[in-house]
Amino acid sequence: MEREGVRMADEALFEFLHMEVISYIFKSLEKDDSDNGKCTAKLEGMGFRVGQGLVERFTRDIPRFKDELDIMKFVCKDFWAGIFKKQVDNLRTNHQGVYVLQDNRFRLLTQISAGKQYMEHAPKQWGAPGTPPTAPTIEEPPFMELALDRFLAFTCGLVRGALSNLGVNSIVTAEVSLLPACKFQVMMQRA
Amino acid sequence: MAVCVAVITKENYPLYISNIPAANELKFHYTVHTSLDVVEEKLSAVGKTASDLRELYLGLLYPTEDYKVYGYVANTKVKFVIVIDSSNTSFRDNEIRSMFRKLHTAYTDVMCNPFYTPGDPIRSKTFDNVISSMMMQVC
Repeated sequence: MEREGVRMADEALFEFLHMEVISYIFKSLEKDDSDNGKCTAKLEGMGFRVGQGLVERFTRDIPRFKDELDIMKFVCKDFWAGIFKKQVDNLRTNHQGVYVLQDNRFRLLTQISAGKQYMEHAPKQWGAPGTPPTAPTIEEPPFMELALDRFLAFTCGLVRGALSNLGVNSIVTAEVSLLPACKFQVMMQRA
Repeated sequence: MAVCVAVITKENYPLYISNIPAANELKFHYTVHTSLDVVEEKLSAVGKTASDLRELYLGLLYPTEDYKVYGYVANTKVKFVIVIDSSNTSFRDNEIRSMFRKLHTAYTDVMCNPFYTPGDPIRSKTFDNVISSMMMQVC
């Protein structure tokens, strides 16, 4: 999305928009207070549709793909570079339809501090001095994993939508072990 | 001139068919439908050289007495078919390729429209305009 010689601010805009979309969708939950994964499903669905359109654009000038591995390499290189301006750092596969994409510095997580802020809250009781007033009431540790799910849902949908439009049905999940690195696991479905 | 343009999904149903002489629509539907077999055959061709397999443009699918049918398959398995009047033999390969590129670009724009659900018939005025300009271009 960069015109020659003119740098647009679209990277920062996308990051901000992404954060706000997540916050908006989760705010509309406050009334009935039961998540059930509906919000993450909504985010994933949005990512799915966007992924379908994006992959149509990105694959226009590329020669036909030979096989699944070719498709995954395309996702790791061109697709990731087109959206996040960098490539996936590591791609592993078990050659039986499971692929793991590892990004050591995932753009949408770089703004979340990697400090102990969230880790400390896991065992503490709410209401103890020092807890921030806006913390939601989640009791199971680790707090960090539950909260970060929502930041990865859109990207999981993005990958799933891209693969689906290329003819591959899959299930995409994500996990974070150490901010800002994260892993996306893609499991191909055989029809 | 191009008499018929069709966009077909990977599930092999048409998203868009349009033809210039508005009569005989059924004949064009039939022609496009039979051309799908040839497309499938080309896609699954074994023993061809590597460069053939990686091209998106399929070339002349088959000629009938009145028409020539050309095909193009995108990476997302959506197929474009253009039917050309045989009487107009001045169409060179490059022109057909450029027509397919324009078609692909227009289709990509439709796909990126957030109000469009993939799998629905295409009802976009912009898309219609691009197609009409393509069909009229040598008229």
